[in-house]
Amino acid sequence: MNHWLIAPLLVPLTASVALLFATGGSPALRRTLSLAATAALLPLAILLVLQADSGAVCSYRLGDWPPPFGIVLVLDRLSALLLLVTAVLACCSLLAAIHGEDRRGRHFHPLFQLQLVGLNGAFLTGDLFNLFVFFEILLLASFALALHGHGRERTRAGLHYTVVNLAGSSLFLVALGLLYAAAGTLTMADLAVRVAAAPADDLLLHTAALLLLVVFGLKAALLPLHLWLPGLYAESGGAVAALFAIMTKVGLYALLRVFTLIFPASTGAGGAVAALLPWLALLTLAAGAVGVLGSRGLRLVIAWQVVVSAGMLLAGIGLGNLAGISAALYYLAHTTLVTGGLFLLTELISTQRGTTGDRLEPGPPVRQPTLLGGLYLLGAMAAAGTPPLSGFIGKVLLLRAAPAGGTAWLWAVVLTAGLVALVALSRAGSTLFWKTEGLRAEGGGARPLAFAPVVVLLGAAVVLTVCAGPVTRYTEATAAQLLAPAGYTGAVLTREDRP
Amino acid sequence: MAALAAVAVAVLVACGVYLVLRGRTFPVAIGLSLFSYAVNLFLFATGRLVSGAPPIAGSGGPTADPLPQALVLTAIVISFGMTAFVITLALRAQGELGSDQVDGRADTPEEER
Repeated sequence: MNHWLIAPLLVPLTASVALLFATGGSPALRRTLSLAATAALLPLAILLVLQADSGAVCSYRLGDWPPPFGIVLVLDRLSALLLLVTAVLACCSLLAAIHGEDRRGRHFHPLFQLQLVGLNGAFLTGDLFNLFVFFEILLLASFALALHGHGRERTRAGLHYTVVNLAGSSLFLVALGLLYAAAGTLTMADLAVRVAAAPADDLLLHTAALLLLVVFGLKAALLPLHLWLPGLYAESGGAVAALFAIMTKVGLYALLRVFTLIFPASTGAGGAVAALLPWLALLTLAAGAVGVLGSRGLRLVIAWQVVVSAGMLLAGIGLGNLAGISAALYYLAHTTLVTGGLFLLTELISTQRGTTGDRLEPGPPVRQPTLLGGLYLLGAMAAAGTPPLSGFIGKVLLLRAAPAGGTAWLWAVVLTAGLVALVALSRAGSTLFWKTEGLRAEGGGARPLAFAPVVVLLGAAVVLTVCAGPVTRYTEATAAQLLAPAGYTGAVLTREDRP
Repeated sequence: MAALAAVAVAVLVACGVYLVLRGRTFPVAIGLSLFSYAVNLFLFATGRLVSGAPPIAGSGGPTADPLPQALVLTAIVISFGMTAFVITLALRAQGELGSDQVDGRADTPEEER
C-alpha cells in the first residue's frame, strides 16, 4: 500500500493538535509550526500529482480491511489536482494571515489546520459516509474561522451560514440512509457497481440522487441555494475568505465525483440529475452576474464572482463530455487561485483606504497606487476572462466543448456573464483608485512581504496561461479517467496486493 | 413497528422544519436538533427494523445490521457538537446584534406581543 495517501490528513491533524497545546506559547512559535505544516503539504501534493499522473488509481485501506468492508482513501487524478490547488491556496492565505489577522482570536492556527484536514479528507475519501464526516470537519472549522474576530455583520452572516449548512448536513444523512437502504453499502466504488446493476426506475435511488444534488448544490452555492455565500465571504477576514475560495469547489468536486462514478448519466437516477445540471448552471451564472453588478463593495463583487464561477464550472460538468469536464477542471484551478488572490488584495486595498474600506465610493487614495493598481488590473483581467490570461483560455475551452446546436444559451449566458464581470470590475477599479477627490493618502503602505501571497496567487493566472498545454493535457486525462469509472471501481475493489 | 417508526420520523421532521423556519434563533436551534433526531431514527431504520437479534452475522436466525448503528453514533456526536455551537452562536448574536431575530433586525413593538 502507498502510505503517502494518508499524509495530507495526518500532517495538518497533528499540527492542529500540537497548535492547540501551543495556544499559550509565543505567537512566533505558533506561526512557524502552522506555516511548516502547511508548507509541507505542497511537496506532498506535487508528489501525489506525479503518482496519480501515471494513470493508476491508488487506494489506501485503513486497517487493511478487505474491500468493500473497510474505509478507503482513493487517489486519482482529480483528487491529486484538488489537493495541489488546496495546498497552494492554503500556503498563500496563511502567509497573508500572519501579518496580523491570526492575532484577532486565540485559535486561528488550529482551526486553519483543521479546515485543511477537512478539505484534504473530502478530496481523498472513497467512502460516502466519510465524505459526510470530512464535510462536517471542514464546516465546523469554517464556522469558527468565519466568525474569527468580531463584528455585527460577521456574526449575522455566520449565523445564516451555520443554520443553512446544518440543515444541509441533515439532508445529506437522509440521502446516505436512502442509499444504504437501497444498495446496502456506502463505499463509493461498491455503490457504483450496485447502482449500475439496479433497475433504472428504483425510487429510493432517484430520491437519494436528487437529495445529494441538493446537498452538494448548497455547498457549491448553486441557485437557489447560493444566498449564504456573498454575505459570508464579504464579511470574513481577507485570509479566511481566500481560503474559503476552495470551499464551493468541494461541493463541485463531490458533485463531479458522485455523478460520474455512482450516478453516471447512463443510470436512471443519474440521467434525471444530468438533465437538470445545465439549467442550474445557467441560472447560477445569471444570478451571479446580477449580483456582481449590484454590489457596493469590492469584497461583495468578488464574492458574487465566486457564484459566477460556480455556475461556469457546473456548466462544464453539465455538458457531461470529456472536453466539458476538462475545461471545468482547468477553470477550477484558475478561478480558485485568482479569487483567493483577489480577496487578499482587497484586504490590502481596504486597509490603505482608511475608514472607506472596500466600499465603492470616493475616498482617500491608496499609499501604493502603482503596485496595488497593477495587481488589481492583473487579477481583474484574469477573473473577467479577458485575453490573454487563463480565465480567457478556460472560457474558450468551455465554449468549444459545447456540442454544436442547442447550446446557444450557454454561449449567450457565459459571454454575458463575462461582460458583466468586466463592467463591474472596471467600475470598481476606477472608483477605488481614481475617485480620490483631492484627498491625501492616510496611513502607511504595506510591507513588501505582505504582497508575496497576492503576487503568487495572481501570478498563478500567468503560470496557468503559459503552461496551458501541460495543464490541459492533465485535465483531459482526468476527465477521461472520470468518464471511465470501471478503472476506479476495479482498483478499489480488487483484493490483490496484500502482503 | 415500521409504521410507528415512520410516523415518528415524519412528526419530528415536520416539527423540525416548522421550527427552523421561525424568525428567532432559539426555535431555529430546537428545530435543527429535532431534525437531527429524525435523521438518526431514520438511519436506524435503513438497516431494517428487527428487535432482540444479535448484530453478528452467521449465528443463524435473524441478525441486526450493526452498520447503521455505527452511523447513528457518529451522527449523534456530530449533531450534538453542532447544536452546542449553534446555541453559543445564537447567544453571541443576541449580545452583538441586540435581538434574537435570525436576520438581526431590532424587535418591533408588535412582535413583542
